[in-house]
Amino acid sequence: MSTANGTMTRGNGKRALKLLIVDDSSIMRRRIERSQQFEELELVGTAGDGLQALELFRRTDPDLVTMDLTMPQMDGIECISRLVALKPAVRILVISALADKATAIEAMEQGANGFLHKPFTDRQLNEAIAELIR
Amino acid sequence: MLQEQELKTFVEGTTNFFEVAAQQPASIGSPYLMETAPAVHEYTGIINISGKREGVVYFTAPKAMLTVLLMKMQENDFSHETMRDLVGEVANTISGNARRDFGRDFVISVPSVLTGERPEIPQKPGIRSFVIPINWRSHSAKLVVSLT
Repeated sequence: MSTANGTMTRGNGKRALKLLIVDDSSIMRRRIERSQQFEELELVGTAGDGLQALELFRRTDPDLVTMDLTMPQMDGIECISRLVALKPAVRILVISALADKATAIEAMEQGANGFLHKPFTDRQLNEAIAELIR
Repeated sequence: MLQEQELKTFVEGTTNFFEVAAQQPASIGSPYLMETAPAVHEYTGIINISGKREGVVYFTAPKAMLTVLLMKMQENDFSHETMRDLVGEVANTISGNARRDFGRDFVISVPSVLTGERPEIPQKPGIRSFVIPINWRSHSAKLVVSLT
């Protein structure tokens, strides 16, 4: 449900957190959507590249973003820095196959709050999200 | 030139992918040097590598294997586009994981996907290509690593 000021709430009155999923793989986007188990998360959009993510971000003002890194148009690292410039309080969980430490450090320096390597289990996904929203 | 011991990175990446994503381990055969044109399956996901190493890494698999893999991943869409997406994502994941050992200068492209059993795989002349056989359930696939 939405309040007069546009804030979404759940039936229990708790404010819903808006989730945006960014990944160039539609399988991964669906997997993240299906596997996350948090009632307080409200999916507001999915994007297949960084440019599309920026556009959706401006329109939907999400609180949490899952972000792939290797994507066409605009990669995840650049997208993270642009999203953080628009909304410093946004929480960003990078979900990427890139497994070197330097990339994780760079993503964190640009403003990401967590990093999950592909492939991942449902449990790993939910633990990573929990760390960002609780 | 790619050293045989460096193949361990890709063998481990492939093993890890099937264990985690498909929740069922694959049997990985001994890598061998490819001497003739590669025998590819219906779907092939290709990652171009640049930076301190150059070449390609590709994962090629039959439709039947990808269909079962999608089922194991709780996916309900078995369209041609989803098969293309999956084969690219497998190649991307295994190549991206290799940066754990090769470092960030091992630059991977977004996946490109070829279909059909006689696709033109872009390969640089003079580079050795290693084939890593993958057996999963009753299906066989291959990871081919062709790097400077």
